[in-house]
Amino acid sequence: MAYEPAGAPDYFDIDELLTDEHKLIRQTMRDFVKREISPYIEQWAQEAHFPSEIVKKFGEVGAFGPTIPAEYGGGGLDYISYGIIMQEIERGDSGMRSTASVQGSLVMYPIYKYGSEEQRNKYLPKLASGEWLGCFGLTEPDFGSNPGGMVTNIKDMGDHYLLNGAKMWISNSPECQVAVVWAKNEEGRIKGLIVERGMEGFSTPEIHNKWSLRASTTGELVFDNVKVPKENLLPNIDGLKGPLGCLDSARYGISWGAIGAAIDCYQSALKYSLERIQFDKPIGAFQLTQKKLAEMLTEITKAQLLAWRLGTLMNEGKATTQQISMAKRNNVDMALHIAREARQIHGGMGITGEYPIMRHMMNLESVITYEGTHDIHLLITGADITGIQAFK
Amino acid sequence: MKILVCISNVPDTTAKINFTADNKSFDKNGVQYVINPWDEYALTRAIELKEAKGGTVTVLNVGEADTEPNIRKALAIGADDAIRVNAYPKDSFFVAQQIAAIAKENSYDIILMGKESIDYNGFQVHNMVGELLGIPSVTPAFKLDLLDDTTARLEREIEGGKEIVEVKLPFVASAQQPMSEPRIPNMRGIMTARTKPLKVVEPVGAEAKTSIAAYSKPEKKGGVKMIDPENAGELITLLRNEAKVL
Ligand SMILES: Cc1cc2nc3c(=O)[nH]c(=O)nc-3n(C[C@H](O)[C@H](O)[C@H](O)COP(=O)(O)OP(=O)(O)OC[C@H]3O[C@@H](n4cnc5c(N)ncnc54)[C@H](O)[C@@H]3O)c2cc1C
Repeated sequence: MAYEPAGAPDYFDIDELLTDEHKLIRQTMRDFVKREISPYIEQWAQEAHFPSEIVKKFGEVGAFGPTIPAEYGGGGLDYISYGIIMQEIERGDSGMRSTASVQGSLVMYPIYKYGSEEQRNKYLPKLASGEWLGCFGLTEPDFGSNPGGMVTNIKDMGDHYLLNGAKMWISNSPECQVAVVWAKNEEGRIKGLIVERGMEGFSTPEIHNKWSLRASTTGELVFDNVKVPKENLLPNIDGLKGPLGCLDSARYGISWGAIGAAIDCYQSALKYSLERIQFDKPIGAFQLTQKKLAEMLTEITKAQLLAWRLGTLMNEGKATTQQISMAKRNNVDMALHIAREARQIHGGMGITGEYPIMRHMMNLESVITYEGTHDIHLLITGADITGIQAFK
Repeated sequence: MKILVCISNVPDTTAKINFTADNKSFDKNGVQYVINPWDEYALTRAIELKEAKGGTVTVLNVGEADTEPNIRKALAIGADDAIRVNAYPKDSFFVAQQIAAIAKENSYDIILMGKESIDYNGFQVHNMVGELLGIPSVTPAFKLDLLDDTTARLEREIEGGKEIVEVKLPFVASAQQPMSEPRIPNMRGIMTARTKPLKVVEPVGAEAKTSIAAYSKPEKKGGVKMIDPENAGELITLLRNEAKVL
């Protein structure tokens, strides 16, 4: 009898490691994606349209900041729940998942973790409900893999800071109400600031013509003598570990999210391989197709185990940056390979918008680049095992 | 306003249906269970009425412990508390007696449920409950509004049209679409559902009136024979000699 799981492949019965609540969260997000994303995503991606109304809907279902305590509007859930939410959204689309990851891990997380009580109360409930959309400005035109070199800077003007510089490749920026921005102070220390739309000298030009994450909006952040009130500085953090701490949380979510994209490609390829007849047989009957499918399921299973274990370490507060790097790198690479193999199985149909494959494949080219490139994550592991940093 | 919503736990609509070797019971292996889709219309409408007029929504399920994930889901969607009658739902009359016993103890203003469960399609429990409690039962309704604190107006489908019914509280009604737009829970709701009360009670000593002798699946559909449009004569021959329908 063929292996036919109900919702998604679970070859090693990892469901037994989940609670009933985790499964309810998964079903909820599956229903949400089926209702709010899947019917429209091909069109949004084809038209490079960011559906702004999804922000409110993500807020309503609770996809923003699920691990933030309920008193600030978050879900008060654990990290496995967060991972599951990311997985199910990315089964729909990596761009939609990016919108949610940035809001939760890169905007709400630093405000919760490094912000004052006033900042938490002012921003978190509005970000959780989707009333506001936020973005995270770290990368600059000349500083990508090397964010520590940033030139965006603040000057202490007594009653406010004067912010100058520019950020590049910023998810959500064109539609954001708030931006968590990393900039150097006069001593060259990296500081985090909350910049609000409407502040004079702050603009967010959109980046056009992306072939990837087309349903997510990406832009620049330009600061031309922006006066930022002093109370907008994140008081409880100093140095590069600030932005890197946020990235740990987001990369963890990506390690689950990528599994979602991989599952969608695998399921589509499996179905197609049983329906498509060539040489009087379904193409799934040929050994080379079976090899592709069997390897896909093997890699998905390994990635699921890695993500689950990392989730339990996150829950215990024991996950290291290096472990998160390994999981992000492995799982995104796994998903990209599966997307490419799945595209082969779909033949010519695989390049059309009739199937989700090419969209996932193009999306994953961003996912393998942002939040630390594939190679940089490898060098993080390299540095960890040799004690020698090879990227500086 | 106290509303009781009865929910049943049914195999997902896409589940593959199999029976145990003796064909006397359903094989639960690998089957995912969901809240009966018709009950979701009842549940969501009850929550909407509560949101508009205040009051409480209690969900009731007659089932064994493995139904609790779906009871929690109902709580996550917005019910206030839940009761599980700890028994396998043997047949419609058995379930109706359990519901009636709970209703007698708690005097609800409205008792809602789906028009039928999608597994056994009995279409009976609501009328039995109405009868056992001696209150009206309006079924199946696709619209339910409260005119005031004592009267409700329901619309039900009848052959070729609809019937508009007014009824005094308390009453029983069964739901079908589009009574409401079933809701997806949210993460907040899922978290708060953890601590909402779920009371487990033992069944009243009621007997089932029926027992299952055996289940069987419909005959497998035969293969489809394709006939060239030029060969219409062959179709007639096959229909006459093979299918024997002419
Ligand atoms: C769609 C999209 C959305 C994004 N969203 C955000 C966002 O919201 N916020 C944000 O701050 N940033 C965001 N980014 C930026 C992203 O994080 C950067 O693109 C990424 O860090 C890489 O930087 P870079 O593009 O400047 O590439 P570079 O750093 O120039 O790298 C180019 C290549 O050189 C390699 N390389 C660089 N240094 C080394 C080294 N020492 N050793 C070996 N190889 C090296 C890299 O691995 C890569 O292959 C986004 C990017 C994209 C594409």
